[in-house]
Amino acid sequence: MSVALNGEKKDVGAEITIRNLLFKEKIKVHDYVTVQVNGEIISSKDYDSFVIKDGDEVEFLYFMGGGR
Amino acid sequence: MIDFSDEMLERYSRHILLKEVGVSGQEKILSARVLIIGAGGLGAPAAMYLAAAGVGTIGIADADVVDLSNLQRQIIHSTADVGKAKVLSAQETVNAMNPDVKVVAHRLFVDSSNIAEIISGYDFIVDGTDNFPVKYLINDACVLHKKPFSHAGIIQFKGQTLTYVPGAPCFRCVFPNMPPEGAVPTCRQAGVLGVMGGIIGTIQAAEALKYILGVGELLAGKLLVFDALTMNFRKINVNKAKTCPTCSEGAGIKLIDYAAPVCDLKKH
Repeated sequence: MSVALNGEKKDVGAEITIRNLLFKEKIKVHDYVTVQVNGEIISSKDYDSFVIKDGDEVEFLYFMGGGR
Repeated sequence: MIDFSDEMLERYSRHILLKEVGVSGQEKILSARVLIIGAGGLGAPAAMYLAAAGVGTIGIADADVVDLSNLQRQIIHSTADVGKAKVLSAQETVNAMNPDVKVVAHRLFVDSSNIAEIISGYDFIVDGTDNFPVKYLINDACVLHKKPFSHAGIIQFKGQTLTYVPGAPCFRCVFPNMPPEGAVPTCRQAGVLGVMGGIIGTIQAAEALKYILGVGELLAGKLLVFDALTMNFRKINVNKAKTCPTCSEGAGIKLIDYAAPVCDLKKH
């Protein structure tokens, strides 16, 4: 199945939890990535249980602390 | 009513030509008060474009002095300014650019004890800071005191920005909890392409001007994410979080000074 991850179509194999998608994307620090699925922000407590489905629009949003 | 001199009509002629601005819009700009917190990578270009645009009062808050390593991106400061207070260096540049602008120099770091009083005198706030504790403080204080502001962050070749207006999603709706020290990088160790401040800081200035003029659509409820390596701009819709620790109903905001800036680099 494929999802739109940060706007790009991506084949992720079978249905996948947010946690496993984060691992698959080689993201190390999960708690500080905001994950939005179809416009809804998913609590980091639910990363293990929330299953991403075919066609879902997934956004990984990152903190950017710089500015000076 | 502002009595436009011939010089002013000429200086702002390219604004006045715009139907969205005109003389009445330029009057709004000249009467506006914008606070820029942090006279650095984001704050420098924002301050300069707002000054050129004729924003009548520009507050600049920063306690730092200009460092040689700042000059790669903080274009409001020059080589001769190294060692000078950033607010004074910024004030001199703005004064030289446009005599119509009054600069209020706040030579301090904002914290929970002073932020409410400082922001109270302004119509719009530009967050040009480089660390999470102050970014969260600005968000919380602006939500609490119903002040519109522009959030932004830059790192390496990336940048993002979001505009808050009362009622819209706030920064904490998207990023509810501040990362602990070391969890995410800042520019000091991760580096930043100098132009990132110019690109994103100028977007912040555009948001301030649009807010003042009441034209167009602000980046309210939209996180604009930019990647200079691919030149992709993405506008991501973000919603108000029902559980937002700052702006949800009955959240009971308390302004907090979090720990020192985060300066460690780890790939997130």
